[in-house]
Amino acid sequence: MDPGAPLRCGRDDASRSNATLNEPSENTAMAEFIAYLIAGVATGAIYALAAIGFTLVWQTSQTINFAQGEFVMLPAVLVLLAIKLFGAPIWLAAIIGIAAFILIFGVGFKIAVVDPMIRHGVLPLAIATMALSIIMKEGAKDGFSAEAQNFPSFVPTDTLSIFGAAISLQHLAIIAVAFAVIGALQWFVGGTRLGRQMQATAQNPTVARILGIPVERMVLLTFVINAALAVVASVLISPIYLAKFSNGEVIGLFAFIAAIVGGFNQVRGALVGGLIVGIVDSLAAGYFSSQYKLAVPLVLLIIIILLKPEGLMGRREERRV
Amino acid sequence: MTAPATKGSAGLRTTPARAPTLGGFADGTLITLALGAVILWFAPSGMGRYGTYVLSLWLVMAIAVMGLNLTLGYAGLKSLAQAAFMGIGAYITALLTTKTGISWYAAFAISGIATFAVGLLLGFPALRVKAHYLAFVTLAFSTLVWLVMRNEQWLTGGVFGLSNIPRPSLFGFKLDGALAFHRFVVVVTFLLAVLLWWMIRSPWGRAFTALRENPIRAASLGIDTRMYTLLAFAIGSAYAGFAGALYAPLVEFIDPSPFSLSQSFFLLLMVVAGGAGYLLGPFIGALLGVVLPEWLRFAGSLYLIIFAAIVMLLLIACPQGMSGLIERGWAWITGKNKAGGGR
Amino acid sequence: MSQVLEVTNLHKAFGGIKAVNGVSFSVNEGEILGIIGPNGCGKSTLFNCILGQLEPTEGSVKLDGREVTNMRPSELNRLGVSRTFQLLQVFPELTVRENLILAGQEHQGSMLSRFFGARDAGLGEAADRMISFFKLGHLIDAKAGGLSYGQQKLLDAAMAFMAGPRLVLLDEPAGGVNLTMLGDLKERLRAINAEQGSTFVVIEHNMDFVMSLCTRVLVLAEGKVLAEGTPAEVRANPAVIEAYLGH
Repeated sequence: MDPGAPLRCGRDDASRSNATLNEPSENTAMAEFIAYLIAGVATGAIYALAAIGFTLVWQTSQTINFAQGEFVMLPAVLVLLAIKLFGAPIWLAAIIGIAAFILIFGVGFKIAVVDPMIRHGVLPLAIATMALSIIMKEGAKDGFSAEAQNFPSFVPTDTLSIFGAAISLQHLAIIAVAFAVIGALQWFVGGTRLGRQMQATAQNPTVARILGIPVERMVLLTFVINAALAVVASVLISPIYLAKFSNGEVIGLFAFIAAIVGGFNQVRGALVGGLIVGIVDSLAAGYFSSQYKLAVPLVLLIIIILLKPEGLMGRREERRV
Repeated sequence: MTAPATKGSAGLRTTPARAPTLGGFADGTLITLALGAVILWFAPSGMGRYGTYVLSLWLVMAIAVMGLNLTLGYAGLKSLAQAAFMGIGAYITALLTTKTGISWYAAFAISGIATFAVGLLLGFPALRVKAHYLAFVTLAFSTLVWLVMRNEQWLTGGVFGLSNIPRPSLFGFKLDGALAFHRFVVVVTFLLAVLLWWMIRSPWGRAFTALRENPIRAASLGIDTRMYTLLAFAIGSAYAGFAGALYAPLVEFIDPSPFSLSQSFFLLLMVVAGGAGYLLGPFIGALLGVVLPEWLRFAGSLYLIIFAAIVMLLLIACPQGMSGLIERGWAWITGKNKAGGGR
Repeated sequence: MSQVLEVTNLHKAFGGIKAVNGVSFSVNEGEILGIIGPNGCGKSTLFNCILGQLEPTEGSVKLDGREVTNMRPSELNRLGVSRTFQLLQVFPELTVRENLILAGQEHQGSMLSRFFGARDAGLGEAADRMISFFKLGHLIDAKAGGLSYGQQKLLDAAMAFMAGPRLVLLDEPAGGVNLTMLGDLKERLRAINAEQGSTFVVIEHNMDFVMSLCTRVLVLAEGKVLAEGTPAEVRANPAVIEAYLGH
């Protein structure tokens, strides 16, 4: 109901930390810029994770997952729920919550939503994902909490001073983890047999089937990878933006923008797109207006669609109507 | 399999007998619309203010869903900004009637024209590329509109919204009472539904169906797919603007929350629940989405979840929605149309 | 005799693969030109380039001497170029009559008259005539999706003629059609060619069909024109025999 809310709370949080960062008077404009940049790269890496999963699933099964943002919102909520319900220690809760999520929203999503729906076409499936997004969001609100909840961070919330810029350790950790995951994914796709099969499936399922690749299993694999990427994104973003049912709206929106800016059909494009959106978003919040910072990536999207609709890394489509 | 030897006789049976076609069905639709309007005119007697309000709300939402049904159900486009368009209409009407004293009728027209124009502006670049880009552009637009509504306090009142929105009068009669305004809403809804009915039966409607089913073939038959797609989207958006123009005086108070992105999703689900591509579908969809939770006193998250889950089940079992189910049920009762359904 | 269609040095490359590699030909008014060639010789790509569905890498297409290269398919159609597709392309949800009206409605009146005017755009009778001409009159109110394959194929062809086109490009009209209907189809095409003076270009695999229908035949191989001439000349051409029969 409130697409601005997660960012508002996130922004409050970030600006609070910025305020403490900016107190030392030796902070120059440059240092401030670097701090915004690092924060942008960090959130951008998270958008990239969501955008990559989105792109993968889109490529292999024509699924435009409008619930992608909720996919990132929910794992953190599930972890907190596991703590609340079973009183489980954080590590156990994390395992339960994450495993449950990958099972339900990786495998289950594919089998229960995509498979029966794709028979009727891409449009009903897209609408089904919208219904799913409502169910996930309202479910998190009803079953968990309507308020934002703290999510434990796996690194201390200290800051480092680099060239006079106060850099949050959390941001650095996010960047490190996100890039490690993306790197691992790249290695998997390019360097392993399974990964290459998956890539072939993504590029052309018909040809892949002729080549004897188990296309169905590969499609399922992309859904599992999508869920896993969502989990990573969720665990990374929630300590900063807190865990809240409505977080998915903005994350989803920015993931779509990242995917389109990057070229919509490429993993590399999604990464670049995510980083651009994250950095633009962070700089806009810092220098432009915190009320309208959300608008800047939206304007970016409109500019891209006007000037380079195939995206920065995409290829032009041939067939015209 | 052999071609019939008779040439003339079959071909001579031209216009008059056309019962089983779309034409016959649409006439049934018009009768249903007229009957519905009459029933709804009298329905609120003994329902009280609140019951009457819920009925009016149903119709207003049905107008927005009708527009989206044109965009989605007939032209096959995903617009995720229907609630935002409704918001634009509502705010334009509220601002014009409260701050400038312009008559509601002028505000209504301006709301429709403005949303139509914005639809063209948004649709043109998006549809130049690929149809599903429209989904993302409208998604972004929806968020932008919401931001403006919330942040521009000097204009929109921000989260506090705008209140004391006056209701229109007709030939000097004040329509302030719940019943009088309800009847006004019935008439406006009926007129808008008939306009849409006419459009769907006209060559435009045929072109819309063609470009949903097979845009490449449609283009090869001279159908300017870009223009028709754009028109479908812009007209669909204008219906949201009209709905907003009725919504503002109905509720007499507006704030940004009913025009958020979630609401746009919800409106799409109503289209699907009622039956995308069926002219009467939006009324069923809005009934399930708006009236039922009010009457069941069951509004809020839980109802949303149940509604969304039902829509998903419908999508699997019967993508034609409730209208499709009714059609199937009717075919089953009358015991025909088992095999050659065509779908 | 004037040239209706003139294709000059048309190229189309997909990445490194040259699907159409410098094809030139022209079609005279009233002609039925057949284009044959082995699978993958670039026939359909050629069609798609002529019709604006694909953007040619190089070369030009002229209609009645007017440059139409890269024109959008819908505009080209309104200039009088009509086509059928290799795969069936009728609108299954519409009735046979509505399919036909649809095929003609954009060729007359304005957007406004199409909104306010008659439901059938004044084409009801023309549609009835066209469908009885193709001997499907008894199916006029049936949904196109419920027709047999052969019937749909006839409807598909009939749709291409609804607007009284100047030039018709038929992509494998005989594909998958049984023998009885094949005869009908050929006869109908000939009749339209004679009566309306429409010019045809036909891509076809069915040799008998092409050789008996067409007045002139163009043979494509590997994206180039291999031979050109009357059916008899082409049949006797050693290069063609080799391309088709192998060594």
